[in-house]
Amino acid sequence: MQQRNQPAGRADGASGTVSVNLTVNGTRHSLTLDPRTSLLDLLREHLDLTGSKKGCDHGQCGACTVLLDGRRVVSCLTLAVMQDGANVTTVEGLAKDGHLHPLQQAFIDHDAFQCGYCTPGQLCSGVALIAEGHAKTADEIRELMSGNICRCGAYTNILAAIQQAMRQS
Amino acid sequence: MAPYIGTAVSRVDGVAKVTGAAKYAAEFSAPGLLYASIVSATITKGRITRIDTSAALAVEGVLTVLTHENRPRMADKDEAYKDEVAPDGSPFRPLYDDKIKFNGQPIALVVAERSEIARFAASLVVVEYGAAAYVTDVFRRREAAVPVKAPANPSEALFAPPKPRGDADRALAAAAVRHEGEYYVPIEHHNPMELYAATAIVDPDGKLTVYDKTQGVQNIQHYLCGVFGLKSDDVKVMNPYMGGGFGSGLRPQFEVVLAVLAARALQRSVRVVLTRQQMYALGYRPAMIQRIALGANRDGTLDAISHDAITVTSQYEDFYRQETAWSGLLYTSANAKYAHRLAHLDLATSCDMRAPSAATAVYALEAAMDELAVALKLDPLELRLRCYSDRDQHEDRPYSSKALRECYRQGAEAFGWSRRNPEPRSMREGTDLVGWGMATGVWDAFQAPITVRIVLTANGHAEVACATSDIGTGTYTIMAQVAADMLGLPLDNISIKLGDSSLPQSPVEGGSWIAASVSNGIATTAARIRNELLRLAKQMPGSPLADVGSDDVALADGKLVSKRDSSRAVSIADAMRQGAVERIEQEETTNPAQDEKRAHNTHSAIFAEVKIDEQLGVIRVTRVVSAIAAGRILNTKTATSQILGGVVWGIGMALHEETQIDHTFGRIVNANIAEYHVPVHADIHDIKVIFVDEPDDSNPLGIKGLGEIGIVGVAAAVANAVYHATGKRVRDLPISLDKLLA
Ligand code: FES
Ligand code: FES
Repeated sequence: MQQRNQPAGRADGASGTVSVNLTVNGTRHSLTLDPRTSLLDLLREHLDLTGSKKGCDHGQCGACTVLLDGRRVVSCLTLAVMQDGANVTTVEGLAKDGHLHPLQQAFIDHDAFQCGYCTPGQLCSGVALIAEGHAKTADEIRELMSGNICRCGAYTNILAAIQQAMRQS
Repeated sequence: MAPYIGTAVSRVDGVAKVTGAAKYAAEFSAPGLLYASIVSATITKGRITRIDTSAALAVEGVLTVLTHENRPRMADKDEAYKDEVAPDGSPFRPLYDDKIKFNGQPIALVVAERSEIARFAASLVVVEYGAAAYVTDVFRRREAAVPVKAPANPSEALFAPPKPRGDADRALAAAAVRHEGEYYVPIEHHNPMELYAATAIVDPDGKLTVYDKTQGVQNIQHYLCGVFGLKSDDVKVMNPYMGGGFGSGLRPQFEVVLAVLAARALQRSVRVVLTRQQMYALGYRPAMIQRIALGANRDGTLDAISHDAITVTSQYEDFYRQETAWSGLLYTSANAKYAHRLAHLDLATSCDMRAPSAATAVYALEAAMDELAVALKLDPLELRLRCYSDRDQHEDRPYSSKALRECYRQGAEAFGWSRRNPEPRSMREGTDLVGWGMATGVWDAFQAPITVRIVLTANGHAEVACATSDIGTGTYTIMAQVAADMLGLPLDNISIKLGDSSLPQSPVEGGSWIAASVSNGIATTAARIRNELLRLAKQMPGSPLADVGSDDVALADGKLVSKRDSSRAVSIADAMRQGAVERIEQEETTNPAQDEKRAHNTHSAIFAEVKIDEQLGVIRVTRVVSAIAAGRILNTKTATSQILGGVVWGIGMALHEETQIDHTFGRIVNANIAEYHVPVHADIHDIKVIFVDEPDDSNPLGIKGLGEIGIVGVAAAVANAVYHATGKRVRDLPISLDKLLA
């Protein structure tokens, strides 16, 4: 029995490097990247912005959620090279001038996390959800937050935190 | 100053967690860090006959490919691989030899300059196998399962199977009302959100600092010393934060061995991160086949209990917990018998997962009790009260405390249980069938030896240090609360150090024992600090505390105060100035009192409401009330979160979670977080947590621990509610809609 997953193409499997310019949390960056680099790995490995988390790398858990030009996306399924010129906000960019974002404060108030690993994704998703304005009821919030898994099971507290921040916005 | 203990203090690590500042094992870096990708076996059992790494090595940026053929030296004896909580057997050794013991076993490690390169190159490793026959289906090994033996590891001794009582067979045969049923819980995986990862950093002096995802830094440190023949100050293990463990990080996992192997081979810093799929080759909650027989008298008292369990482990280690004993802690029955057998399968060794054994065994017990209640035509809550036990049936001893009756009372009232129509399918709302079910939970209240160091400085700040972990449980926060109260300082003046193997000794963080252990440990060391301050204060000219004994003084508001006369006080600053000391450091080990005369347990009563679409079978758990008796609650906010999390896990166990193995190939087919279902936001509705008052004197602070009790019984409460809604009893979890419609 033999195991070999795929044939080799180029010696390093990549097609050279590409340059990408983007703005992350208000700072412009020019980077030269392996074209296979995901936006998530760009943030975590190239910019040392490790707030965005990797929970699956397959778009299944939401831990890597960031705001891309204001929209929430799973950054693990977003190739960095395709986001030239984009504006990215990560969890590190939510607080302004040393003040927590109201949703960050609400997460602390309601204990909307335990291990904290899903939290950056929940926060970015929640901030976008509030801005989208589609969710009005608790059930609508639950539905539209369901791409963000919390294995610690902090769901009821996350809901309460989002409702608190919604009232404030 | 009002005490912090017992209040809803927000997490002291909250800001770090909501701003992204909290760093996890894969988030520490070093100059020249290398990235490694694991190649996993694609057969279930056999040998590697050839492994060709040349194509991978040819990729630009690849430094090495480690396999069993070229890895650095590792220990040859099993003893070196046995960690603090190892079961009996021969632990798995990553990249040790050519043998394949389970599908997904790591067989090679590609180390490269960048993660993208390592991942690509890993796909080029060519492996040839000699495959052997295997069995991964517990039902196929049912007859071959062997009775468990009492464990050799002394720390596992408490899992020895319970002794029988009376004559259960005769009592069952003679019982007025009998219920017998078989219940099944499949393999489940922990799936913490953080991927397993280790970053091994080679320090300039050649020593190693290893950031690992683990529930016990010292357990890992000892293990690495054994496996690699290192001296204890050659390697330090750190985990300041852990993105969920739930038991999966109690034992060392292969990412840490691989990271250290590569770091030693290359003398460079290396990071290994598992993929989500590879995490399904770690431990898991063992599948469990249970037969329960209950014999009752007409009045609803129990006369006989028989509990048979078969659980799953690997071919190389005997992992099991005390699966059958829980009924003896809940219900009075003169006759009882137990049998627990192990099915050895060609899988990785099973392991602890949130409330190991209780989550599964109490599910079966409490579902069986519900069926008995139906047979007796008795309200299920009333049945529990008639069988209620005030003594641990196994050892015939009282409990240190057991406020379970109060849990039943307060839980039932909050839920509105008295309005339940006992008839199945009798309650409806529109097109939904409504069902109400209840169950009981029980867990152990453990305490383990622990050492805590406190350094108090003259400016009224204190650093509290212990090599424990905060795996999301709130350990940082409760440690700060307890220290602030014991030292009489504001919470903000306390800093907590944990998750570092060079700190004072701690056991692994699991079994709900850390809160009681570390809190009482802090109290012990804080008393030493207080005595030292008193010694200094007494030396002051005209000291107001000159004749005050050490038991008659407390620390409050930054002062040493006489308990009898609060006007007699000396500030911490003055006492330290008197002694001309800038800091007072004390380190003390706390060995818990061995109280074998009483049973030490936590308890709960869970009430659940489900609404089920009659046509589609879609089940929603719309309401849960969980009433908990767990001694003193240190922090009502983080404690509530622990229970909420447990309830969510219980709902997952009842309705969603199942690791599915294709037994033809011996491979897990849903090894990802989309097809292995866990509850998401939309699955979770109202959950109310009640903490029942329960004074307990098992330890000075009266703490019992909360990490496990929240899940226990929840799956049964949901399953019982599903029966009440539909009249259909599904005994094999999860209760998926196909089973309901079948
Ligand atoms: S890491 Fe991107 S969705 Fe899971
Ligand atoms: S807080 Fe741990 S996964 Fe959400």
